[in-house]
Amino acid sequence: MSATSAYGDPRAVAGLVARITRAAGKLPRRATLMEVCGTHTNAIAAAGLRRLLPPAVRLIAGPGCPVCVTPVGYVDRAQALARRPGTIVATFGDLLRVPSSDGSLERVRAEGADVRIVYSPRDALQAAREDPAKTVVFLGVGFETTVPTVAAALAEAEGEGIANFTVLSGHKTMPPPMRALIRDPEVKVDGYLLPGHVSVVTGSDAFRFVTDELGMPGAVIGFTPTDVLRGVEALVECLAAGTPRLVNLYSRVVRPEGNLAAQALVSRFFAPADAVWRGLGTIPGSGLALRPEYAHRDASLIEVEVPEPVEPAGCRCGEVLKGSIDPPECPLFATVCTPITPVGACMVSSEGTCAAWYRHERVATGGGR
Amino acid sequence: MKPAGTILLAHGGGGRLTQELVREVFLPALANPALSLLSDSAVLEPMPPGRPALTTDAFVVDPPVFPGGDLGYLSVCGTVNDLAVAGAEPVALTWALVLEEGLQVELLKTFVAGAARAAGEAGVAIVAGDTKVVPRGKGDRAYVATAGLGVVPPGRDIGDHRVKPGDAVVVSGPLGDHGATVMACRHELAGRGLASDCAPLSPLTALLLGSGAAVHAMHDPTRGGIATTCHEVASRAGVRIALEQAAMPVRPEVRAVCELLGLDPLYVACEGRIVAFVASSDAERVVELMAGHPLGRGAARVGRVEVRDAGAPVVLRTPYATERPLDLLAGAELPRIC
Amino acid sequence: MCLAVPMKLVERRDVLGVAELDGVRREVSLMLQPDARLGDYVLVHAGYVIGTVDEAEAQVTLELLRQIAAAEPAG
Repeated sequence: MSATSAYGDPRAVAGLVARITRAAGKLPRRATLMEVCGTHTNAIAAAGLRRLLPPAVRLIAGPGCPVCVTPVGYVDRAQALARRPGTIVATFGDLLRVPSSDGSLERVRAEGADVRIVYSPRDALQAAREDPAKTVVFLGVGFETTVPTVAAALAEAEGEGIANFTVLSGHKTMPPPMRALIRDPEVKVDGYLLPGHVSVVTGSDAFRFVTDELGMPGAVIGFTPTDVLRGVEALVECLAAGTPRLVNLYSRVVRPEGNLAAQALVSRFFAPADAVWRGLGTIPGSGLALRPEYAHRDASLIEVEVPEPVEPAGCRCGEVLKGSIDPPECPLFATVCTPITPVGACMVSSEGTCAAWYRHERVATGGGR
Repeated sequence: MKPAGTILLAHGGGGRLTQELVREVFLPALANPALSLLSDSAVLEPMPPGRPALTTDAFVVDPPVFPGGDLGYLSVCGTVNDLAVAGAEPVALTWALVLEEGLQVELLKTFVAGAARAAGEAGVAIVAGDTKVVPRGKGDRAYVATAGLGVVPPGRDIGDHRVKPGDAVVVSGPLGDHGATVMACRHELAGRGLASDCAPLSPLTALLLGSGAAVHAMHDPTRGGIATTCHEVASRAGVRIALEQAAMPVRPEVRAVCELLGLDPLYVACEGRIVAFVASSDAERVVELMAGHPLGRGAARVGRVEVRDAGAPVVLRTPYATERPLDLLAGAELPRIC
Repeated sequence: MCLAVPMKLVERRDVLGVAELDGVRREVSLMLQPDARLGDYVLVHAGYVIGTVDEAEAQVTLELLRQIAAAEPAG
């Protein structure tokens, strides 16, 4: 059995479910565990893990999908830049279909704008090398896992003197919303499943605040079914014992201090700034903006006319992102708002809570086991 | 006279250059009695008994040459396969090209050779063709449009109307080879073992339909992969289809490409595979028949047809005894970071 | 939010390398992990190596999973 399949071994999964069920018997009340990583949302839904857990353990998805939390205004600005003559917009595939106030990048591309999907910021840098007369705007979305890759591309651009490579930063960091969520009376979280690949960069120590400040248990986990379930087991045990701890269950790639080279590159180019989260409003210090000395690389300083952002009526993405409602409680879910006709970002991104729910959770009871 | 090295607008004009192209590039590779007459319409021999079947397809592919095939080979395979899975024996194909001014003739020859090879493997003739040329910038090197004529022998009646609860879902080999290969080319992923599965399937379908096994319907899972094919069948037959994740054959290289690009193999195109809906009692025999044929290596039983309920029409059974819906794709699968 | 895949580093030349998974190879940048060595298993995200796999820790996890699986009744 290859290593990859060992992490998905059905017997190990069954064993972990049994252990979780036993531990859950000692819980004082139902436990609500929140994961804050879109890739976790998808992994959990794809394996149907939610249905394996005992009723005393509830898994909810938090604001961990960077596309979902990208505000309408960001996409509006990206669209406006795409329409600007002599501009190439390079983006991860995730953003292409996100609805803006009026259309999407996909629509703008169909109208003739040069919008290119890239797999890596390096591809965007290469586009800049190949077309020195045009301005390349790379749409920088993503959390701490992705920011270092954008910073590395910026470093390369600086080193080589590639003047036409710019970044429109929509980057955000994860700890600030987690702190903000705790203060929100609508949100009842008892423990956090923590993002494994963010932690590869930041280090598991970056999440000490979960126990030290917020007083709840946290488990840094990977993305396979056994990784997720080991995290659930650890949190349930902590809650049953009443002792909040931070455990690193992804030690095969996560170190306490993280990736120092990556952190240094990020600090060189970016500084914390206030950021707007779709559905959550402005969270202080939760975004990353290009430092003033790199203004020549900052696409947010390029003059374009951007309309007033229009939020879709009736959309309850904000509450879904906070975990205070499940997607089916939004009146637009699966009626007006579907993966083919998304209203809010939660449905557009394949990582979005609503998209994941729509694609993975709609099974008639009785059609299962 | 040697034809020019590049396609010019005049090659589509119908005059001397067009005739040169036909004589020097198309006929040598594709010659057959009907085509060689070069008349306005190909008049064929009387059809064998049965019901005529007609299909049409258009082909664009980037890159136009890829491991395991090219635009020409792909276009003939795709057309032949549409006939084959309908239970029709291919009789004749047409092949029309829209070329972009500036296309290298050598590349065109590659497409023609590919088409000829596929036609030979399928035992079918390309009896009529056409060529137009559009100005540079107005076409992506070459587009191909085809029509395929076939005959469904008397007494044969396969199709989605015959699919019923209890049927088994069988695939003739590993999934996603074509789509993964083409995506890998586009995103600079290299893999020695990566190649399109593109192939004409008429020999395999003839074997299955001639065996007497209770094959109810067949499809070739092209764009959108097996998940999309099952949606079409579930919709037309009014059934529920449950696929077993653990039973899906996917080659390690294809899985790796999908993981790297964030794709799901169940939605990735095949161009040389059959998805067959077979009476459960004959499923094992069909798998054996397929596996014994060069076009069916790696065949496997991957799911079953059930009674439709209020939930999703196509579901995936995970290895953990849970089920989840397999939905229709909103659009083309895009590489993602999340 | 992080599709990152473990691959094996099979070539390197300064800050560029080639990583491989099941026969599929891709050029990767080592700018974020300059001390990665040939033969290391590395975590690749968006074309960059962001971390390395600690084989010993991986084995500990796999052994734990083996024990959990073994304790389950068969079938």
